Amino acid sequence: MQLESLYQEIILDHYKHPHGRGLRDAADPAARVGEAHHVNPTCGDEITVRVATDGTVFTDISYDGMGCSISQASASILHELLRGRAASDAAVVHEAFVQLMSGRGQVTPDEDVLGDGVAFAGVARYPARVKCALLSWMAFKDAAARAGVGVSPEVKA
Amino acid sequence: MTSMAIPAGMPQYDDVPRFDVAKVRADFPILDREVNGHPLVYLDSANTSHKPRQVLDVLAEHYALHNANVSRSVHTLGTEATEAYEGARAKIAAFINAPSVDEVVFTKNSTEAINIVAYAFSNASLRADGDPRFRLGPGDEIVISEMEHHSNIVPWQLLAERTGATLRWFPVTDQGRLDESGLDDLVTERTKIVSLVHMSNILGTVNATSRITARVREVGALLLLDCSQSVPHLPMDVVDHDADFIVFTGHKMCGPTGIGVLWGRGELLAAMPPVMGGGSMIETVTMGGSTFAAPPARFEAGTPPIAEAVALGAAVDYLTAIGMPAIQWHEKELTAYALDALATVPGLRIFGPTVPVGRGGTISFALGDVHPHDVGQVLDSLGVQVRVGHHCARPVCTRFGVPATTRASFYLYTTTAEIDALVAGLERVRKVFQ
Repeated sequence: MQLESLYQEIILDHYKHPHGRGLRDAADPAARVGEAHHVNPTCGDEITVRVATDGTVFTDISYDGMGCSISQASASILHELLRGRAASDAAVVHEAFVQLMSGRGQVTPDEDVLGDGVAFAGVARYPARVKCALLSWMAFKDAAARAGVGVSPEVKA
Repeated sequence: MTSMAIPAGMPQYDDVPRFDVAKVRADFPILDREVNGHPLVYLDSANTSHKPRQVLDVLAEHYALHNANVSRSVHTLGTEATEAYEGARAKIAAFINAPSVDEVVFTKNSTEAINIVAYAFSNASLRADGDPRFRLGPGDEIVISEMEHHSNIVPWQLLAERTGATLRWFPVTDQGRLDESGLDDLVTERTKIVSLVHMSNILGTVNATSRITARVREVGALLLLDCSQSVPHLPMDVVDHDADFIVFTGHKMCGPTGIGVLWGRGELLAAMPPVMGGGSMIETVTMGGSTFAAPPARFEAGTPPIAEAVALGAAVDYLTAIGMPAIQWHEKELTAYALDALATVPGLRIFGPTVPVGRGGTISFALGDVHPHDVGQVLDSLGVQVRVGHHCARPVCTRFGVPATTRASFYLYTTTAEIDALVAGLERVRKVFQ
């Protein structure tokens, strides 16, 4: 196994220096807020994702949790990629990321869509770690739905 | 290094039972394989053990030469299969010093064995003629501990829900030992059963049970020991332990998956109502109702895992030939070596006893704040197979304030060189994540 293909520099960087970590209240008191807490029952990893939206744009995505480098870096990248994006754009990115992770290493990611998320291409080859990478993305999807915004078609696990 | 002569007449160092580990390793085909370009270093035997050729051969031979259903055929193959199945039961009874062969019930695994006892309680509680020892209701108590595997927690939580009984538990000390200080308040006249792990699958602690047994007898409760982690690793004598039930599973003791054991005192099994209904567990069946076979058949509804039971018999033969005291000693030496070696790793914290006394060869630890998933992944890239996660003992992780741990566990085929590979691998983990 090539350990470097899993632990890309970008992933370790986001893990050691997470972006946007910590749950925040919405800046605009009128914003619609949704929150979801997801757990990976096999390892006990947990994440809480909170979204604030005006109904069109995700004005903030905040999160807190504990877990492995993959799950925590993934949450950091999710924050980077989707915060400030329109729900329709976010849906495209979300679907691309889920597809990448479900692709067993056969999907070539589009950097224009996924940004730092392309670093997770290697993770898709490790079935035991795919759940770690998807934890925050699934929590985000639920949180967005609770805020009244759909972001993704059904996940094909 | 200094050496000291042990006075004559005292037990000498060479008196301890030993076996040739290299010779044993040659019996396990899987130990020859590579993982990710490195020789396999398997440190996950608490999860499942590997199987020696002697067991694999018996499994294949049963299907190739003796395959038939048991306990229902007069033909030759049926007789051979039945003899092999019942022969395995006799081997297992001898292995744990059961007073009677009929006290050994074959199950799927330890989980099923515990559930059979739990459901016997609720079934007895529903019947007016249920044996009072198995009748539970509001005010009655079930006692477990904080160091149980989920399989010895959840069945009792569900039983408490069904019957209105209360579930209580022994706490765990900071050293990872069972906290018996509240024994007399915890185990009382209200207690109907104490179900306790013999050796913890996460902390490695081997619980001394005699004080608890004495208290259980004093209050007239029953005692179940979850021996999933102890029967594979040390000599077990159910008479000596004075338990009422013990459970264990075949795949952790060189046997196949899908076969486990519930041992119970004969008179208790006889007092227990059936749990699963079906073929083989009956005496007579009419459309109006049925009567039931005596144990062990009463608790073995349907076609059992025949080949698996026979292969478990072969596993018991294999372990017996090497000698359980020798296996126990080998693992004690490995544990002492590993505890010393792990103590040299900066930032490593062990959960559970840090001395090789009253503990087995299962060691859980944290490496700084590196998540166990990441520890396990880097070790895997070096061929070192450890388990990471909560080990189906989440309350223990909560007790020690961690979401998960990394666990290395040993068996008769484990070597000190493999422990060295683990320690070297942990250095690599530190380099990747520091």
